[in-house]
Amino acid sequence: MILVIYDGTYEGWLTAVFEIYEYKLEDTVFSKNGACDALLFSSNHVVITDFKKANRVLNGLKQRLSADGFSSFHKAFLSEVNHIEQTMFQFAQYIFSTTKNVEEDFSNAAVWDIRKATRLTGKEAHRMEAFVRFKLTKDQLYYAIIEPECDVLHLIENHFKNRYADQRWLIYDAKRKYGVYYDLENLSTVELEFNQGPVSSKFLTEICDEQEEFFQNLWKRYFSSVNIESRKNMKLHIQHMPKRYWRNLIEKIPPINKK
Amino acid sequence: MVNERVMEKLGILADAAKYDVSCSSALSNRKNKDKGLGDAKGYGICHSYTEDGRCVSLLKILLTNHCIFDCAYCVSRKSNDIKRAAFTVDEVVDLTIGFYRRNYIEGLFLSSGIFDNADYTMQRLVRIAKKLRLEQNFNGYIHLKAIPGASDELLKEAGMYADRLSVNVEMPTEQSLKLLAPDKNHKDVIQPMEYLKNEIVGYKEEKKLNYKAPLFAPAGQSTQMVIGATKENDLEILGMADYFYQKMNMKRVYYSGYVPISNDNRLPAIGTPVPIIRENRLYQADWLIRYYGFNVNEIVGLNQPNLDLDIDPKLGWALRNLHQFPVDINTADIELIKRIPGIGYLGAQKIVAARKFKKLVPHDLQKFGIAYSRSQYFLAFATPFQMQKDLTSIQIKDKILNIQKSKYKNDFSNQLALF
Repeated sequence: MILVIYDGTYEGWLTAVFEIYEYKLEDTVFSKNGACDALLFSSNHVVITDFKKANRVLNGLKQRLSADGFSSFHKAFLSEVNHIEQTMFQFAQYIFSTTKNVEEDFSNAAVWDIRKATRLTGKEAHRMEAFVRFKLTKDQLYYAIIEPECDVLHLIENHFKNRYADQRWLIYDAKRKYGVYYDLENLSTVELEFNQGPVSSKFLTEICDEQEEFFQNLWKRYFSSVNIESRKNMKLHIQHMPKRYWRNLIEKIPPINKK
Repeated sequence: MVNERVMEKLGILADAAKYDVSCSSALSNRKNKDKGLGDAKGYGICHSYTEDGRCVSLLKILLTNHCIFDCAYCVSRKSNDIKRAAFTVDEVVDLTIGFYRRNYIEGLFLSSGIFDNADYTMQRLVRIAKKLRLEQNFNGYIHLKAIPGASDELLKEAGMYADRLSVNVEMPTEQSLKLLAPDKNHKDVIQPMEYLKNEIVGYKEEKKLNYKAPLFAPAGQSTQMVIGATKENDLEILGMADYFYQKMNMKRVYYSGYVPISNDNRLPAIGTPVPIIRENRLYQADWLIRYYGFNVNEIVGLNQPNLDLDIDPKLGWALRNLHQFPVDINTADIELIKRIPGIGYLGAQKIVAARKFKKLVPHDLQKFGIAYSRSQYFLAFATPFQMQKDLTSIQIKDKILNIQKSKYKNDFSNQLALF
């Protein structure tokens, strides 16, 4: 078996696919930056990301997939599901083995698993469009912290750019340690360390706009007022809003400790 | 700017608005204009979910809960001894913008108790929408309640700013409305619906000819019926809903299980359970009619005026029509596949796409996430042809009920028996 080591990016993986065909590598297993027990494998193949090679693979996929299928394929990569690169490679092999479009051949295992991963990413992106909670700082920046299961920030940036066209905002992915910043004209990707300690009342008054805490309290009040007690259904509540998201949702964070 | 007093008002006026179940923010497609604030997506976004499991998409509030009417089923009725409050126009505008900019909501759903008279109330609602659109360049979603009895001019103005308008019929029949809402007039409810329908159709036609023509309530109109407060059966309710869909071009009819809030002896007593299952079955039937090609007469009829509570309406229909099964999923038309219990809209699409590549077998359906345990009694597979034992409707129903576990099992009774 050959361990194919790439840099973790989509382009890196596409380069790897190109080289597997180029060097006729067999029995390959992908690894992000060698993050895998290398001893099990007989040899390593280190991939250096090459955009020309990556584009060749992309063009091949483009010719054989619908526009939807093509963008779905990328979404599957962003799902970060375990061993998704392996499934994507099987899918690509199947795609390249035939001239007709097989992206809806759902009884094929790779096709089905790609669809599942794609939908997972899509669902997570939709959730993040919903669950971003901006806080307003003193210098009028709206910022939010998210920790999505899949790497969706670049999938949702245009949604926020179109919607909040007249306010500066920053959305930071605390899991992947990067953010997207909008400066009223353009989007840019920023890498920074964001202090993510427990939010104290003092912290809020120090960096936030004077109305910020009040609006958060209004939102909490609204959230509890629209609930109908006699219809309580916590199972459904948690199904829609799983607990892993609660720490970034203002309405689900316990009241701030006033000092 | 909003101040501390607003906190208390928000509590009162959000609480009073929560019995209106509509929270849709879909179907509008309003675009961001001149780099202003907001847009309304074709699909809605649920920003949060309450502990009762309902979606929170809009800031849903009453402008005021002062009301000159005394409708028995309503918390804000004149004779009810509750705290009253009223927002100012600016307070509603600031709240909406403040929430929207923080990505808490998709927009505003504004309703109101009727103070003074219908026109006066409607004027206030319109003024808020106008201010949001023209002064704040707000392009998010706005749902306004059309106040029964308001003038056509005001409704027209409302349509210019709102994405959706709704008039709640509240009671499924005229008699019930008379009984519980003596100040309201059935005609006053139907008339604005009819007016809005014609305007919406008219503007849509105009938009086709001239893309610069203004939007008029692009997300259409909806209405709501209270379920379980009065004695109407499901045939009457679904018949009424069908009338709204066919004749009024309604985008949605909402069914709101009555939450007992009054000791009035015309209504179910406080403590009576909310008819949650019945409400759910009505929504299922509603979906079958709108998306699955069912006719209302196939789901309820004179000899069967109420939906089954223990099984869903599609299964109920299938059991009454066993002669139409089994359906061969490898060859049948998608419309027939959609009628198989346990196979939904998406499931049917997956089947039709995947069968182009190979003959499907039961295992494939299970993989597609289709409820095979329910659908198996209604399916045929081409090769090898699977012989279905000849089961009667009752046998199939028993088998399916045995594998289902509903936490509401004990509630499968007709809640109307409680008068």
